[in-house]
Amino acid sequence: MRGAHLGGPAIVRTDRPPRSSDVVNPALKVGDMIEVEALTKRYGKTQALAGVDFSVPAGTLLGLLGPNGAGKTTAVRVLTTLALPEGGRASVAGIDVVRHPAQVRRYIGVAAQDATLDRLLTGRQNLVLVGELSGIGRQPARARATELLEQFELTDAADRVVNGYSGGMRRRLDVAASLMARPPVLFLDEPTTGLDPASRQRVHEAVRQLLAEGVTVLLTTQYLDEADALADRVVVIDKGRVVADDTPRELKEASRGARLEVTLTAPSADAVATVVPLVSGPVQVSDGGRRLGAGVDPVPGLATSIVRALDRAGIAVDNVEVRQPSLDDVFFALTGGHLGDEIPNGPASGHCAGEALEGVRA
Amino acid sequence: MTAATASSPAAAAPSREGGTGIARRLHDVWAMTRRNLVHISREPTQLSDVTVQPMLFTALFVYIFGGGIPIPGGTYKDYVLAGLLALNLVTSTMGTGVGVSTDLHEGIIDRFRTLPMWRASVLVGRSLADLATFCLCALIVGLTGLVVGWRPDAGLGPVASGFVLVLFFAYSLTWIAICVGLNSKSPESAASTGFIVLFPLAFISNAMIPTQHMPGWLRVVADWNPVSAVAAGTRHLWGNPNPSAAIDVWPMQHPVLAAVAWSAFILAVAAPFAAWLFRRRTTE
Repeated sequence: MRGAHLGGPAIVRTDRPPRSSDVVNPALKVGDMIEVEALTKRYGKTQALAGVDFSVPAGTLLGLLGPNGAGKTTAVRVLTTLALPEGGRASVAGIDVVRHPAQVRRYIGVAAQDATLDRLLTGRQNLVLVGELSGIGRQPARARATELLEQFELTDAADRVVNGYSGGMRRRLDVAASLMARPPVLFLDEPTTGLDPASRQRVHEAVRQLLAEGVTVLLTTQYLDEADALADRVVVIDKGRVVADDTPRELKEASRGARLEVTLTAPSADAVATVVPLVSGPVQVSDGGRRLGAGVDPVPGLATSIVRALDRAGIAVDNVEVRQPSLDDVFFALTGGHLGDEIPNGPASGHCAGEALEGVRA
Repeated sequence: MTAATASSPAAAAPSREGGTGIARRLHDVWAMTRRNLVHISREPTQLSDVTVQPMLFTALFVYIFGGGIPIPGGTYKDYVLAGLLALNLVTSTMGTGVGVSTDLHEGIIDRFRTLPMWRASVLVGRSLADLATFCLCALIVGLTGLVVGWRPDAGLGPVASGFVLVLFFAYSLTWIAICVGLNSKSPESAASTGFIVLFPLAFISNAMIPTQHMPGWLRVVADWNPVSAVAAGTRHLWGNPNPSAAIDVWPMQHPVLAAVAWSAFILAVAAPFAAWLFRRRTTE
């Protein structure tokens, strides 16, 4: 597949085949559309990237996960030719982003974290402008814009000035703009931050469709359920370093033990002391003392032992749950349990991380 | 091949030609020019620079100073119109600097930087859209002039050439304004820098008043000021009174040539410098 096109990238648009002027790295591993090696980047005193490695095989989605300031956006900016790295190497479609940025730009679509739109143009004008500047021609750009406006349910607002759009509408328009030229490699930097659940679902559907078409996607997110739902592979970065690189499933399995959640009928001062001998690690208390959470070894009969112990201590129990770890449990374990100021209570409610994060934000 | 190419048949798939050919560059410039023209149409109050201001200036200068300033061989209104045209266009270039600085602070610039487009089209497109507003300004100055009694004494060709001479000079100045905008931390500082540069440039010249009445050193500066050459050249082409022709300084003896040379020189220096500044400003 690759050799047929001068050893070019695995996904090549038929309408714009690579030319002899295209610079392709012969050492490119077959199928890797994005490659990052020992990447470093400093902004002033902040070491944004401290030696990051990862690769994204063609046609797959890599979820880049990390707290605010972990270096996700910096990695995306280097890969999309917006920022120059200090050390290491990065390539997209086999093309070095530092040496041949202009070539790289012909393969990529980017939806950046801050909506990169023209506030004084209408939604449609924004898309057509991006299409024209991508070199797809005016008429095809118009047709594609209409198609994308419909897909992202912006048809009604298409001819209104972006200045009057809501945050969610801008976000969707930004994602639409990144798809104008049907790029084989797509970078989505927190594409669903600030979107309502329905809009997030729409973006997720669009991403799944692109994956089915063979597009390679790098998606950064703070929503662990988003990575869980979409990613073939997850790279967790923290303070500019990769702390995990695995499939969502393996990451979850690698996490030690299961998680215990107990809901008491009423808060009890003795509850923690009663539960501690049966769990591994510290017990987190939330909901005014009614909810207890802790890491546990999933031994048979654990839930029964917990209920019996609490019953002996005279503490009434409403609910006991022992469940396998979710990605966010893994995430908190890997990044030392901190997420800036975003999650003041730690992993309080694990089973719907996205909602928990949204709740805190709101 | 992969599903991606299979699902976008060549007929429907947009072509994405490379970004270096001259046709592609013109195409990008045209797209950016249209974008900036849409901006202007969205905020028409910004156009007051080139619509209300020229009318106001023309009426004020002609009626307030008109009687008090004797012009050898003609009337003040015939003398001052070329100067007013130069003054209005020179000060209008401030808007270009502000616009460039504003662009740099908008998220859209990051979008442009990830597209396979000709980078400089961001700047060229702006300069051309502003040139369109300059043409509007020139038209309004001319019409207002005719209303207050200005009359050129030359054929249609030379009169049109006079307008082109000033517009060419203003276009070259937009590139200095672009450099100012690229060097400014904010649109506000671009505006104040522009003010400091442009007002002396416009007024220490023969645009409003013959330089013969200025103190010695200021007169030397004024006679060599490109704005003086432009105003004198335009007066010459329009067949209006041009007292500067009596001054024995090369630019005043050959005002049309001097104006063209100044404009070409400014353009040749400022445009590459602007491109260099833009690259530096957008590198991180």
